[in-house]
Amino acid sequence: MSAAVGPPLVELRQVSKQFVKPLDVAAKLANLLGAGLREEVVRAVDRVSLAVAPGEVVGLVGESGCGKSTLGRIVAHLLPPTSGMALHRGRDIASLTGTEARAAALAVQMIFQDPFASLNPRMRVRDIVGEAPLAHGLVSGQEVDAYVDDLLLRVGMDPSYRRRYPHQFSGGQRQRIGIARALAVKPEFLVCDEPISALDVSIQAQVLNLFLRLRQDLGLTYLFISHDLGVVRHIADYVAVMYLGRIVEQAPTEEVFARPNHPYTQALLAAVPSLEQRRRRFMAIQGEIPSPLNPPMGCTFHPRCPHAMQRCGTEPPPLKPIGPGHQSACHLDDG
Amino acid sequence: MSEAPALVVEDLRTWFFTRLGVAKAVDGVSFTVRRGQVLALVGESGCGKTVTGFSIMRLVDPPGRIVDGHILFQGDDLVRVPEGRMRQFRGARIAMIFQDPMMTLNPVLNIETQMVEAVLAHATASRSEARRRACEALSMVGIPRPAERLRAYPHQFSGGMRQRVAIAIALLHRPDLIIADEPTTALDVTIQSQILFEAQRLCRELGTGLIWITHDLSVVAGLADEICVMYAGRIVERGGVDEVLDRPHHPYTRGLLGSVPSRNVRGQPLIQIPGMTPSLLSLPGGCAFRLRCPRADGVCLESPELTVGVNGHAIRCFHPHAGEAGT
Amino acid sequence: MRVSGEIAIAPAVVAAEGESPFRRLVADFCESRLAVVGLVLFAAVAAVAILAPLVSPQNPYDLRQLNLLEGKQPPGSPSMAGFRFWLGSDDQGRDILSGIFYGLRISLGVGILSALIAFGIGILAGLTAAYFGGLLDSLIMRVVDIQLSFPAILIALILLAVLGQGVDKIIVALVTVQWAYYARTVRSSALVERHKEYVEAAHCLALSRGRILFRHLLPNCLPPVIVVVTVQVAHAIALEATLSFLGIGLPITSPSLGLLIANGFRYLLSGTYWISFFPGIALLIAIVAINLVGDQLRDVLNPRLQK
Repeated sequence: MSAAVGPPLVELRQVSKQFVKPLDVAAKLANLLGAGLREEVVRAVDRVSLAVAPGEVVGLVGESGCGKSTLGRIVAHLLPPTSGMALHRGRDIASLTGTEARAAALAVQMIFQDPFASLNPRMRVRDIVGEAPLAHGLVSGQEVDAYVDDLLLRVGMDPSYRRRYPHQFSGGQRQRIGIARALAVKPEFLVCDEPISALDVSIQAQVLNLFLRLRQDLGLTYLFISHDLGVVRHIADYVAVMYLGRIVEQAPTEEVFARPNHPYTQALLAAVPSLEQRRRRFMAIQGEIPSPLNPPMGCTFHPRCPHAMQRCGTEPPPLKPIGPGHQSACHLDDG
Repeated sequence: MSEAPALVVEDLRTWFFTRLGVAKAVDGVSFTVRRGQVLALVGESGCGKTVTGFSIMRLVDPPGRIVDGHILFQGDDLVRVPEGRMRQFRGARIAMIFQDPMMTLNPVLNIETQMVEAVLAHATASRSEARRRACEALSMVGIPRPAERLRAYPHQFSGGMRQRVAIAIALLHRPDLIIADEPTTALDVTIQSQILFEAQRLCRELGTGLIWITHDLSVVAGLADEICVMYAGRIVERGGVDEVLDRPHHPYTRGLLGSVPSRNVRGQPLIQIPGMTPSLLSLPGGCAFRLRCPRADGVCLESPELTVGVNGHAIRCFHPHAGEAGT
Repeated sequence: MRVSGEIAIAPAVVAAEGESPFRRLVADFCESRLAVVGLVLFAAVAAVAILAPLVSPQNPYDLRQLNLLEGKQPPGSPSMAGFRFWLGSDDQGRDILSGIFYGLRISLGVGILSALIAFGIGILAGLTAAYFGGLLDSLIMRVVDIQLSFPAILIALILLAVLGQGVDKIIVALVTVQWAYYARTVRSSALVERHKEYVEAAHCLALSRGRILFRHLLPNCLPPVIVVVTVQVAHAIALEATLSFLGIGLPITSPSLGLLIANGFRYLLSGTYWISFFPGIALLIAIVAINLVGDQLRDVLNPRLQK
């Protein structure tokens, strides 16, 4: 699935996630009388397979409603998949129990998007970072202060701030605290869900550099979720593009940017503004992103695709290899 | 399209008098917007770009207040006109678009009601005439089947559509100036592209002056004719888009441009500006950027003035870079 | 739409060193003079209630100190025991002022105690309902709905008719009437907080459910509940006074303000107004003070202004 060597650290096999809003009593009654109401089903993730090798950074890109955040939470064990398997070091997470389950849970940590909501406003920094390692016995009560100081230094913060509360920090600092919290349980894998999107431009560069440094120093593996293609291009080794719950293309980073195959990837890349293009004529891609409640039949992208054929409206295209490490889900690739 | 100025802002100062001190959110900002042209106000949070936009519309509430300066618009000074006259301008001659379209749209009224109300606020017309104008505005922003969509409610639209409706409302009276405050920041990239397309087209066709407030330099590159870079309430660099983006003189502008991933080698640490934006309540004396600036020295303890160069490229720095970016 | 100072300068303002949320709360609270007045008044009322035996000129329930001949004395008249009936005396010769001090003790004590117990039960129920969801949530909320659809007085009346009179029975009745408000408030607060990212982070860190509930969720659900507590204390005091006034509340041996008002009710329009009037004013002051504090707390704890 990816270009790196070795068995994958984290793997998803045909994972789907549905959110069902069940019928309430009134609707059930109405159905008895023949109304024929159906439950609302959102297919947030639809048969996704992905593998991340140790030390790799996989970038996951897509727009709203594509399911990348849901996928990230499945990888981080926060949401169970509706079908398919999520594996950690080759073992099905759902089958783990007791200490093994806890070890797997701690090995994968998540960095969240909103620096304001991701920290408990009523806890001091020292407790936010130190709570989990203390609770899980990774450090003793006497050692925890020194441990927290060490972590804060590692993420570029002054350890004397540990008595402060989240509201006393800026967005970039809060995000660093969140990273320190995740690192406190000695994870091997970080799911980063749009970790810098909510930050100022100059702070984005600082935090992105922090991610690069941590990867090098601690040998971490990342799943980096972002809508910002420039950032993903900079940090990721391998990129997967999602649209309405499906992966439509995946390839090594340079390959995706140099030779995008899927029409959606091409449209996405064309729509990204760049510093070099002045007074450009922006091209409008047609149509709105469909609602995940009601995805189009066949290929989910066909209503907006400039090359759509008859077949695209009826048959969903499978993800096929079209080059070394490069896969795309498009009927146009068939001869 | 005439080159006459749509708006001239001179030395605008908007200060906030809080219990912790005076925050000089806008402290001596000057620029000119010409008809049919796009001026970008660029900067990060706390730099004062949003407050500048609100000051022009005279929508700043206590503890904030415009303390000095002139905003010259069609012969009037907007800082000094009475509120009644300002209300005539707002919505008709100057319009504003916000980052969140739900700041413009009332969630409990349908689009028709809101747009007709907006028309009738500044023009005497019959309801059917107002409705016709609303329809026309919706099709101008590229909304299909406008007559049908008029009867819908805001929650039935997607984010991108709502923003188009907000733009349509702004255009109802063919204003001479539109202030757009981060209108595409919250939208997806493909939808952003659509909105930028519409904004550009409308500007050219109607000759409206556009002030685009954003932190995204890439959007600015494609859209704007002129850029003002703001920091801690002041303009630190101002000039034509090619001038500023290809030959940035101010260390802050250089830092911002340098930190964009596309300007760095893949996989290597990005060029970054050290430190954080200072609190407006405790600005360092002299140049506000000096604590983060690699070129700062003793001279920078004085506050630099904005000096305008030969081609209109203005700089506020004692140690500006000269020449191309990257040298 | 207008911009206020918060939006423009929020990212640039950093609070003072080590300033806890509590200290910030106190600073914000004191910005309203009216609320501070309310707090001072309430403190005065509470002090008087606690110190009643020490500050009262007379112990109105010690029969040896009473003299029937001193009954229905107007306010200001001297008493034979050497002190003044500052607010007059009732038909049995009891000093109204002393009666108010002792009565406040009972009223406040019952009101606050029942509010606190109801608070404890309510937040447990609300947190459980919000966190576990599903059937448990539906069950608890239906009980809450049923409870809240009956008038408080009705429930209290029925309970007291079954249980009989007594301070403890009144408290049971008040707790039964009140816990539903807390449960509902905490539940809606917890439903919102449960989906916030810091709770997700706590799950990610494999923290135990109990810890997440009480260390993460609960402290952040408290602000709106604090406001309910203040309002409910006032409500409980008023409810208890009503019940006592109707004669089914506290027994004669531990009379509250309501009972005092009831005692003087028949004299209200016949000239000896003071027997009912002054206890009524005392009740009014206590309740208004609590409400003033509660109003300011509600504004100050408003989550929209919290960031």
